Amino acid sequence: MDLQYLFELFLGGLVRGSIYALIALGYTMVYGIIELINFAHGEIYMIGAFTALIMTSVLTMMGLNQLAVIVLASVAAVVYACAYGFTVEKLAYKPLRNAPRLSALISAIGMSLFLQNYVLLAQTSDFLPFPSLIPDFHFWEPYAHVLSSQELMILITTAVVMVFLTFLIKFTKIGKAMRATAQDKIMAALVGIDVNRVISFTFVVGSATAAIGGILIASHIGQINFYIGFLAGIKAFVAAVLGGIGSIPGAVLGGLVLGMAESFFTGFLLSDYEDIFAFLILVFILIFRPAGILGRAETQKV
Amino acid sequence: MKKNSVAKMCAMIFTGVVMSVLISGLGFAEEPIKLGVAGAHSGDLASYGIPSIKAAELVVKEANAKGGILGRKVELLIEDDACKPEVATNTATKLVSEGVHVVLGHICSGATKTALGIYKDAKIICMSPSATNTDLTLSGDYPNFYRTIAYDDAQAKLQVEFATNVLKVKKVAVIHDKGDYGKGAAELAKKKFEDAGIQVLLFEGVSPGAVDYSAIVQKIKRSKADLVVWGGYHPEASKIVAQMRKKRMDTMLLGADGLKDDTFIKVAGKYAEGVYATGPKDVSQNPLAISAKKAHQEAYGADPGAFFYSAYAAAQALLNAIEKAGSTDYDKLSKALKTEYVDTPLGKIKFDENGDATGIGFSVYKVEKGQFVEIK
Repeated sequence: MDLQYLFELFLGGLVRGSIYALIALGYTMVYGIIELINFAHGEIYMIGAFTALIMTSVLTMMGLNQLAVIVLASVAAVVYACAYGFTVEKLAYKPLRNAPRLSALISAIGMSLFLQNYVLLAQTSDFLPFPSLIPDFHFWEPYAHVLSSQELMILITTAVVMVFLTFLIKFTKIGKAMRATAQDKIMAALVGIDVNRVISFTFVVGSATAAIGGILIASHIGQINFYIGFLAGIKAFVAAVLGGIGSIPGAVLGGLVLGMAESFFTGFLLSDYEDIFAFLILVFILIFRPAGILGRAETQKV
Repeated sequence: MKKNSVAKMCAMIFTGVVMSVLISGLGFAEEPIKLGVAGAHSGDLASYGIPSIKAAELVVKEANAKGGILGRKVELLIEDDACKPEVATNTATKLVSEGVHVVLGHICSGATKTALGIYKDAKIICMSPSATNTDLTLSGDYPNFYRTIAYDDAQAKLQVEFATNVLKVKKVAVIHDKGDYGKGAAELAKKKFEDAGIQVLLFEGVSPGAVDYSAIVQKIKRSKADLVVWGGYHPEASKIVAQMRKKRMDTMLLGADGLKDDTFIKVAGKYAEGVYATGPKDVSQNPLAISAKKAHQEAYGADPGAFFYSAYAAAQALLNAIEKAGSTDYDKLSKALKTEYVDTPLGKIKFDENGDATGIGFSVYKVEKGQFVEIK
C-alpha cells in the first residue's frame, strides 16, 4: 500500500467532505427546527457564488486591492444569500407552516426550480469563469502538490464555521431558543420564544454557511453556472441524511464520510461508479440505522 | 413485398435502359456529363442537403462557362432521398436509370449506405460531402465510395498520431464524462492508442458537475501518465486541468472538438495554456473558400449552409477526375481520384486507397497566450 497516495486521497476526501458538510449544515438545521427538507438550499449556495462573482468584478473594476475585494465580496455574498434565505422562508414556507408536510416539500422543490430558472434568465446559461479569490500562499508552496492553498482554506474555513456554529447553538441565547424550538414548537412559544424569529434566524444562518461554501468551492473549481446548486445540493442532502438529519455533528460526519468514501472509491476502484457508490452507502446506512449515523431514532410519519 | 418486387422489376428495366444509354453514349462526344446530386433536399435534415445542390450548381456553372469538361456540358440530376434509407434506394435507382455518370451525395450515412450498393452494381462513383460513418470507407465494402469529410474515427486517429509522433508519449490516461459523445470519443481513442502500442493506464469516467475532481487527479498523478486524453466537453476539462496544475502536475492534456471552444480558455484562464485539442480544420481563410462563399452570396443572396465547402470540393474533385481521366470510365476515374490532386476550398486534396480525402478534416490546436493556435 502506497502511504503517500492514501494520504492524498484522504486529504481529497476531507476537502470534498468539508464542502458537503458546509452545505449539509443548512439542510440539517432547517430540518431540525421545522422538519422541512429545504430543497432550495442548493440554489442559495449557487446564488452566493453568483453574488460573489458579480461583486468581485465590480470591486476589482473599482480598483480595490485583493484582500478588500475578497472580504467585501464575501460579506456581500453572505448578506445577499441570507436575504434570499430569509425571503424564501417568508414567501414559500411560512404560509404553509400548518399545512401538511408534503405541501411545504413541494413548495421547496418549486422554489428550487424557480431560483434556478431565475438565475438562468437573469444571468446566463454559460459557464462563467470564477476568479481565484484565494491566492496561492507562498509559505504553503512546499505542500501545494499535496493540498492546494484553496483546499487548505476550505478545510480551515469549514472548521471555523463548525466551531462557531457549535458555540452559537450551545452557548448563546438564540441557540438555546433554537434548541427549544426544535424540541417542541408549541412549548417554546408558550415560554415566550418568538418561534417565527427563531425559524427565520435558522434560515439566515443556514444560508450564510451555504454562501460561504459557494464562494470557497467556486473559487476552488474556478467556474460557476446556474446549475451548480443541483448536484452539490443533492450530495449535501445525502450527507445530512447519512449523518442523521437534524443533527449538526451528524451533518459534518455525514459530509466527511461521503467525501472520503467517494475519494477512496475513485482512488482504488473506478470513478465511473463513484455516485452509485455514494448512494449505495446511503442505502446501507439507512437500512441498518434508519435515523442516520448520529440521528435520534424517532417514529414519525412522512 | 409487392413494393419490393416492383422496385426490383423497375431496377432491372432501368439497368437495361442504362446499359443501352451507356453503349449508345460511347458514340457521341456531345452527350452531356450527368452529375447526380442526391441527399436530403426535403424534411427535417434538408438544411444539410440543400447546400450541396447549391455547391454543385456553382461548380457546374463555372465548368460550363469554361466550355464544359472534355468538351461536354455538365448537367445536374437532382434527386431527393429525404435522408431515409428506404427512399435512398429509389433515388439511386432513378439516378442510375437516368444514366448518371457520377454522384455527389448522399448526405446522411444511413441513406448513403443503402444507395451505395446500387451504385456499386452499376459501377458508378459516389462522393459524399457529409457521411461520416467510419465503415463506409474503411470496411472496404464500397470501393466506389469517396468522401470529402473526415470520418468519425479520424479525430481519434489524429489524436493518437499526434500523441505518438509529436508528443512522443508512452503512457496515457483516458478520462471521459460518461456521456454519448465523450465516452464514444474516449473509447475510440483508447482502442487506437492500444493498437499503436501505447499503454492506456487509466480509462475512467467522471461525473459532470461534481464539486471537485481531486480523487481522479490524484489517481492520474499516481499512474504517472505522460498525457491525459479527455473525452467530453469543456466545463469538466477546465476543472480537471485547473486541479492538475494546482497540484503542481505538468501532465499534458489533449481533448477533442468538445474541448476546442473559446469558453474553455475563458473559464480555465491561465491553466488552459499548453492544452492540446483536436478540432475541425479552419478553412475560412482558404482563398478558394472565400471565393466560393462570395459566389454563393452573389447567386443566392445568403451565406452558405452546412457542408457547403465539402460539397463544393466534392463536385470539383469529381469533375477534375473526369477531366484528368479523359472519360467517365469507372476504373480510369478511380485511378484519377486517387492520384490527381485538385485545389478545393478545403485545400489541395486527393483520395487515399479507402476513398477518404487526404489533408482534410481535423487539426491539432494548442492553447498559446489565450488562443487556440493550429499546430502545422
